[in-house]
Amino acid sequence: MAEQDLKVVGQSVLRRDGMSHVTGKTQYIDDILLPAMTHLKMVRSPLHHARIRSIDFSEAEKVPGFVRAFTYKDVPKNIYTILCLIGVGPDEEPVLAEQEVLFKGEQIAAIVAETEEAANEAVARVRLDLEELPPVFDVEEALKPGAPIIKPWGKNHFEYEGHHCRRIRFGDVEKAFAEADYIVEGCYEPKPIEHAPLETTGCVAKPEADGRITVYTNTQALYFSMDNTALILQVPFNKLHFVGGTVGGGFGGKVDVIVEPIAALAAMKIGRPVKYLYTRSEEFNVSSTRVAYRIYFKDGVTKDGRIIARKVISYADAGAYNRHTPYAVTKHAANITGPYMIPNVYVDAYCVYTNRVPTSAMRGFGVTSASFATEVQMDKIARTVGMDPFEIRLLNGYRNGDMRPYQKVVGDATLVEVVQAAAEMVGHPVREPYKSMHSWDRDYSPERHQPLQAEEV
Amino acid sequence: MASKIVTFTLNGKETEVMVKPFTTLAKALRERLGFTATKCGCYEGNCGSCTVLVNGDPVLSCILPAEDVEGQDVLTLEGITPQEGLHPIQQSFHENYAVQCGFCTPGMIMISKALLDKNPHPSREEVAEALSGNLCRCTGYDPIIAAVEQVAGAQGGNHG
Repeated sequence: MAEQDLKVVGQSVLRRDGMSHVTGKTQYIDDILLPAMTHLKMVRSPLHHARIRSIDFSEAEKVPGFVRAFTYKDVPKNIYTILCLIGVGPDEEPVLAEQEVLFKGEQIAAIVAETEEAANEAVARVRLDLEELPPVFDVEEALKPGAPIIKPWGKNHFEYEGHHCRRIRFGDVEKAFAEADYIVEGCYEPKPIEHAPLETTGCVAKPEADGRITVYTNTQALYFSMDNTALILQVPFNKLHFVGGTVGGGFGGKVDVIVEPIAALAAMKIGRPVKYLYTRSEEFNVSSTRVAYRIYFKDGVTKDGRIIARKVISYADAGAYNRHTPYAVTKHAANITGPYMIPNVYVDAYCVYTNRVPTSAMRGFGVTSASFATEVQMDKIARTVGMDPFEIRLLNGYRNGDMRPYQKVVGDATLVEVVQAAAEMVGHPVREPYKSMHSWDRDYSPERHQPLQAEEV
Repeated sequence: MASKIVTFTLNGKETEVMVKPFTTLAKALRERLGFTATKCGCYEGNCGSCTVLVNGDPVLSCILPAEDVEGQDVLTLEGITPQEGLHPIQQSFHENYAVQCGFCTPGMIMISKALLDKNPHPSREEVAEALSGNLCRCTGYDPIIAAVEQVAGAQGGNHG
């Protein structure tokens, strides 16, 4: 197609939903007002780790407008894990807590009432009898012998195909450390971050006359939510109709399936629409955050600035439950060398459970933490060997044909050109030979694992 | 405590609404009167999404008791939206991509209107200051400020 025929490529196109947004006509979850709609509020754990002895609803039931309370006994398949849809297991997160709670704010019982005020009042009157258990908050403490064990399989970490962590073994790091001129170590701890969308997480579930449940939700993952809800409710997928697409800010914070299953169950059981929308306080205190990591680096570097070995031990804090963190850790391990060719790599990346609020997806999750650590480490290496930070990146950057530590050949290298362009944009002089480097110029050598010739890629 | 009828002017029309004590203006507008263009991101007066104008001044409707607008003049986003087309501020937000998820947008437009009504030619600093109580999490502040500046510039042109 000739370039002049293109109507959109190369043009600034107005947003399809822009008119609706600027007139306030976009319908968010809180804007849905249905006849006979009820409100769901959650009884939450006031403790970080506890055994549930009993729950007493007798005072809550007396609140005018109280409709019904739900516990785990009402949930057909109470224990799930969101990523079961892509083969992650075992199931480990309860929709509503059974015998134990693993984080402060964990959902224990759902109260449905005629009004939001009545639901809040009833929640306040539920009496919990809890036996406090010792919590663990630190990823390394959680893996030590004698730490409180919070998972039924007896270990506070996710199992990767029978292994204690996600591992990468590439070349021989110990041999390369012995040959290196410098050993550069670092510890990096990117913290959890709350997505804080302007619209809080929520949904409205509406029972239809034909037995189906329509769920209006602000999830970022509509079919993921529907499929998990169907599994939890043990109903065929075609009994659920999920309506979404409008998300008042997500950033990865609305891919966990937390509000839809219990709202849909409640709607099914009471035969009326149920609204379950997080308060701002819930959004901050109980919704997933970005994953926190503690990442230990040990790099072997030659005096001319080549990184010849990297050993990384990384601990991801999943909080109390999986959510999306086991997957994040795999991405994290794969990206821990950054866009740099390192011929000897050893990675142990742990997905650790603690009694913190569960962590999950957020913008590039797994990779952003790895990139942060890698790039700070690159500057540290540059200072150690006395090199320019741009030039050390040009020297070590991937070339086409390089083998990544997870056994994939690089075929789309662009780092060299990007760094050169960035240096020019900020007015930073780059000398020869770095100025003439390009993504196809690797001087191939045997220790670079027999990469392909450029023409073959 | 008994419910009470509050009579006020809403977008130029005399309006009555029956509310319980402590019902906020935002709840009255959204749930009792169906004016849902006003959004609530926090229900605690922190995010600015619920901004409406009372007698031309911006207020956080999510913490203002509805009873307080008795006899007052309330303007919401519905009130500035023309039958056809868009208000110049709306048009500018749309054309400047000052909208991402859209949730903060109604509050942003109302606070901008309050500013431009009082100060038709604000400096960039005055625009940023006026918007400082309204949160956007999609990191859209730059285009939002640009949208308001463009309206101010156009007004300058009109007034010659």
